[in-house]
Amino acid sequence: MIEFETVSKTYPDKTTAVASFSLVVPSHRIVVLVGSSGSGKTTLLRMVNRMVEPTAGRVLIDGEDVRDRNSVTLRRSIGYVMQQGGLLPHRNIAENVATVPMLNGVSRRQARAQALDLLERVGLDKSLWRRFPSQLSGGQQQRVGVARALAADPNILLMDEPFGAVDPIVRRELQDELLRLQTELGKTIVFVTHDINEAFRLADEVVVLREQAIVAQQGTAAEIMAAPANDFVRNFIGTEAADRVLSTQQVNGKTLAVDSYGRPVGLLQ
Amino acid sequence: MTWLRLNWPQVLQLVGDHLALSLPAILLSILIAVPIGYLAVRLRWLGKPLLLTATLLYAIPALPLLIIIAAVFGFSLRSPETMIAALTIYGVALLVRTAADGFDAVDGFVRDSAIALGHSPLVIFFKVDLPLAVPVLISGIRVVAVSTVSLVTIGALIGVSGLGFFLTDGFQRGILGEVVTGLLASVALAGLLDALVFAGGRAMTPWVRVVDSQPKLGVAK
Ligand SMILES: Nc1ncnc2c1ncn2[C@@H]1O[C@H](COP(=O)(O)OP(=O)(O)O)[C@@H](O)[C@H]1O
Ligand SMILES: [Mg+2]
Repeated sequence: MIEFETVSKTYPDKTTAVASFSLVVPSHRIVVLVGSSGSGKTTLLRMVNRMVEPTAGRVLIDGEDVRDRNSVTLRRSIGYVMQQGGLLPHRNIAENVATVPMLNGVSRRQARAQALDLLERVGLDKSLWRRFPSQLSGGQQQRVGVARALAADPNILLMDEPFGAVDPIVRRELQDELLRLQTELGKTIVFVTHDINEAFRLADEVVVLREQAIVAQQGTAAEIMAAPANDFVRNFIGTEAADRVLSTQQVNGKTLAVDSYGRPVGLLQ
Repeated sequence: MTWLRLNWPQVLQLVGDHLALSLPAILLSILIAVPIGYLAVRLRWLGKPLLLTATLLYAIPALPLLIIIAAVFGFSLRSPETMIAALTIYGVALLVRTAADGFDAVDGFVRDSAIALGHSPLVIFFKVDLPLAVPVLISGIRVVAVSTVSLVTIGALIGVSGLGFFLTDGFQRGILGEVVTGLLASVALAGLLDALVFAGGRAMTPWVRVVDSQPKLGVAK
């Protein structure tokens, strides 16, 4: 369980990125923070692994203030996936995946063997292990990023727009893969995105943020879709409103779902 | 050519002396300039003054510098130590800015993710920043190597042994073969060191040249 207790962050240049934010992330759940660029999502995520120290408030993991933990060992116990992979360009794929176990002193051989298993686990061919990151596609790199984050078997996974830089079809595949992995692994995941559809697809719980990480609404995808709390949320999900507001139409005895332009988008049963 | 045929043992001897001055100076330049370049990038407030000082060092003329070094460190003016110290100062002045550029060019995303994985600052330097700066560092070290080898020849003016001896001695005695030999040997030595540094750099950076000839497996794009 991760708890944000009224955390704030004002950077040295006086930018207030987060103004008093509170949230409980229950264990084994995917909580998605969704908001536009600059709303403070990355800042919040990095408070968990102490890459950002809050200027007020605190973050607790299983009841313990992260400030009482050594920052380096804390980070090794938390998986982190970022946009554009952030893979080490000078290390091959196996070495990248094995990074944290190696830092923790696991033998090279054991870390390698484990890395190969992880590659398969995230849907990659083992034979890719010798390549350098630049020799993989964007989607493959993100999979390696996920494998690397899982390598030390952390309880917590922080994901910062991990699928933001890949094309929509690959993004969809990666989202499916993450959901499949999560049913097996049951990690506590904080996932950050600016894509409301991605949030609705992945989240057990969605937190819609406005500027300075002010919570506009929090709830399941269904709750938020059914009852947007305010105009901000309505606008935020509204870009897709035409696809999202569906009605039914009878055609040849079947019930079709139709979007607000009258285009059939599905079949009701 | 006749001159060379008669004097090649002395040529070899002076090539050895020349290397004995250049190699320590080049190595010291690297060992000093790389950490300074790193500090200049990591501690922004320190960066500007550090880089400016380095540039100014290069502006000190050679003879006064030799005299100052001899006086400050208590070396004899004509000693190899004085020469190596002066060469090192020029080498550092040349390399600091390139080193800073090299570290500055390390991708912020890559650094952030290395930090997020739990690399300590020292480990980041050795395992992330340093290897990723190597391509730029190598280009700077090549310049230092070549410039150091050619600077060593001026040691002859204060009587420090090196290939420069053939230039001064050949001039004084009017032996063209000796002058040409000194010149060519010095240029060849510089070229050789440059090639070695270049080759070493390539060997250290296999990831820079991966040709993407293999088909990408799995999902497209
Ligand atoms: N290191 C920093 N120094 C100063 N301002 C920052 C820093 N990091 C982020 N900010 C500012 O804080 C705000 C929130 O940034 P961020 O947390 O990165 O948002 P998001 O991830 O939602 O795009 C932005 O206005 C950004 O410019
Ligand atoms: Mg961000």
